[in-house]
Amino acid sequence: MQAVVDGFTKSTGIPVNVNTVEHGKFQDTINAYLQATPDDAFTWFAGYRMRFFAGQGLATDISDVWGTIAANYTDAFKTASTGDDGKQYFIPFYNYPWVVIYRKSVFADKGYAIPKTIDEFKALGDKMKADGLIPLAFGDKDGWPAMGTFDILNMRMNGYDFHVNLMAGKEKWTDPKTQAVFAKWAELLPYFDPQPLGKTWQESAQDMISGKAGMYFLGTFAGEQASDPAVHDDLDFFPFPTLGTEYDAEMAIDAPIDGFMVSAKAKNVDGAKAFMEYLASAEAQGIFLTSSPNNVAAAKNADTSKYTPFQLKMAEIIGASGKIAQFLDRDTRPDFAGANGMQGFLQTFLGEPTQDLGKFLQGVQDFYDSLPPVA
Amino acid sequence: MSANAAPPITPPGQAGGVIPVSRGRRGNTRRFSLLTRRDRLTLTLMVGLPAFVHILLIWVPTLGSILLSFTSWNGIGGLERIKWIGLKNYQVLATVYPPFWPAVQHNLLWLAVFLLIATPLGMLLAVILDQNIRGSRIYQSVLYMPVVLSLAIVGFIWGYLIYSPGDGFINNALAAVTGNPDFVKPGTQIDWIGTKGLNLAAVLVAASWRHVGYIMVLYLAGLKSVDNTLREAAAIDGANARQTFFRVIFPVLAPINVVVLVVTIIESLRAFDIVYVINKGLNGLELLSVMIVTNLLGEASLVGFGSAIAVVLLLISIGPIILYLYRTMREGPE
Repeated sequence: MQAVVDGFTKSTGIPVNVNTVEHGKFQDTINAYLQATPDDAFTWFAGYRMRFFAGQGLATDISDVWGTIAANYTDAFKTASTGDDGKQYFIPFYNYPWVVIYRKSVFADKGYAIPKTIDEFKALGDKMKADGLIPLAFGDKDGWPAMGTFDILNMRMNGYDFHVNLMAGKEKWTDPKTQAVFAKWAELLPYFDPQPLGKTWQESAQDMISGKAGMYFLGTFAGEQASDPAVHDDLDFFPFPTLGTEYDAEMAIDAPIDGFMVSAKAKNVDGAKAFMEYLASAEAQGIFLTSSPNNVAAAKNADTSKYTPFQLKMAEIIGASGKIAQFLDRDTRPDFAGANGMQGFLQTFLGEPTQDLGKFLQGVQDFYDSLPPVA
Repeated sequence: MSANAAPPITPPGQAGGVIPVSRGRRGNTRRFSLLTRRDRLTLTLMVGLPAFVHILLIWVPTLGSILLSFTSWNGIGGLERIKWIGLKNYQVLATVYPPFWPAVQHNLLWLAVFLLIATPLGMLLAVILDQNIRGSRIYQSVLYMPVVLSLAIVGFIWGYLIYSPGDGFINNALAAVTGNPDFVKPGTQIDWIGTKGLNLAAVLVAASWRHVGYIMVLYLAGLKSVDNTLREAAAIDGANARQTFFRVIFPVLAPINVVVLVVTIIESLRAFDIVYVINKGLNGLELLSVMIVTNLLGEASLVGFGSAIAVVLLLISIGPIILYLYRTMREGPE
């Protein structure tokens, strides 16, 4: 990141101080941070979580910056940067897809083929089990990784539009379509690590990397766990298999965008906007990605010549996806998705997948309904 | 909510005033002040400042929490955005919010385990170490060591180094001792942290590990202060060790016993860090204190709802607080 900032300072002469905060702590205190004396610009997530702060008046409208940079992005990215009032508040910097990650060497050794459909996936899973592998690594101690599995199953079964509406509270968790997602999940659970609740995603990634598990469905940041470059080169991935529904063609995925916003209390708004403009450039994103091999640039004119095969594949899969969601905890209200809510609900499901799903989802919906109206 | 430190409240106005010393002296009602202006000022400051700080840091937040618990607020914007919603938070808590009742149960279980197992164990160790056995100092240091660690560190040590299913000490030791690799294999290993019930037991062991040392040191200090002639007298009367302890030493240590009791209750109600470090108080490790935090922190905090949970915890804490204050105040004047 420092290299990006240096690049900006070199071209504009405006100095920038970087204030790095541990990301979990940053998210926990963002509320107070933005109301007190925030830095002029801050990193954040696209989607509902961005719109939420824009709606609360804690971010500066940067539509004028978008006027000059619009050509750098596809429309999907612009939409993801737009608040409820139709103005832009966000600069996409990089993103990454949620995919099924595996080791090429393991697949080659055992003669596994990449499954395109869920039936092929199950057949492969059975084969892996026979070989003494856990088909899908899975760790949900932190509460959020399981959200990715729900997202992909819901989008594949009920379509992107239903998913987004469910996230926005326009559809119900008690809907039979939602219940079908959990039923399908329960049906697939025998292929997952049977003990996900005591493991972090890092531990699960290690299970896949060390060859104890055949595959792992996670964001490509799982690659961070492969510290040995040779191992990282051995990683490959494919989109989650299709489920044989009318929404297969959509090939919707989660590909969360991280980026930047300008705080409402920014002291040097012009400087911050100039910085935003720079961050939106292919050049800035290119500099950043050299040190971040598990992400791809958000700008469409980014220089891909320096991409690793891993990154090229990421860009290819994102490009081939008809619809892109941000991730459950970025697409719905934060007070619903957090450790106080959905994280606990998903763990309850995983701890007891055979429970009465109707009752379980009624509980989820009741909690959603108990939340105060979004102001 | 920190009960043990709370002095009886003295309204600042009454401090350092005029002291009537006339009672019973030939009806002399002359009010004379022994205090110079400076003395009064000093007294006012000495009593007034702590009282002010106390009110500011204890009473204002407590009353604030109680008031907020009847409201709905996301923590953004000014006070005018706080909406009064009556008892709705409490109603949601009791009827809709799934982790609430488990959390109450876990808090009570925590208290029971500390009271019935950890604290007696600490006292037992203190009694044993009081016998001047060889290497007593070493045992003391070893047992007391965990107490200097914060519970967050204790949570890290146990959660990541000992209980971690794949990398943790226990499963690897089991695999090494039995020669059965299933203990470290994903899918067949013992999931100490992820299995409901088992994880609570595991965390209670870790928390007790620290609590036992704490109680041991407190009690040992008490035991050292017991007049040895009591023991000798008991021995002359033919009392055995058990009788000496339960009939003589234990009653003499009544004040220490109360302190130990209060410390135990406080420690179990404020349990938070260890669970928060391990899994944010989810999946069988729900505690009221953690739920307060998960509802207050974050981007769209449920300030009112979190406050309602805080009030419930306050109500649970008030019982022991009253008990303690009652005892100390009754003993005070005599």
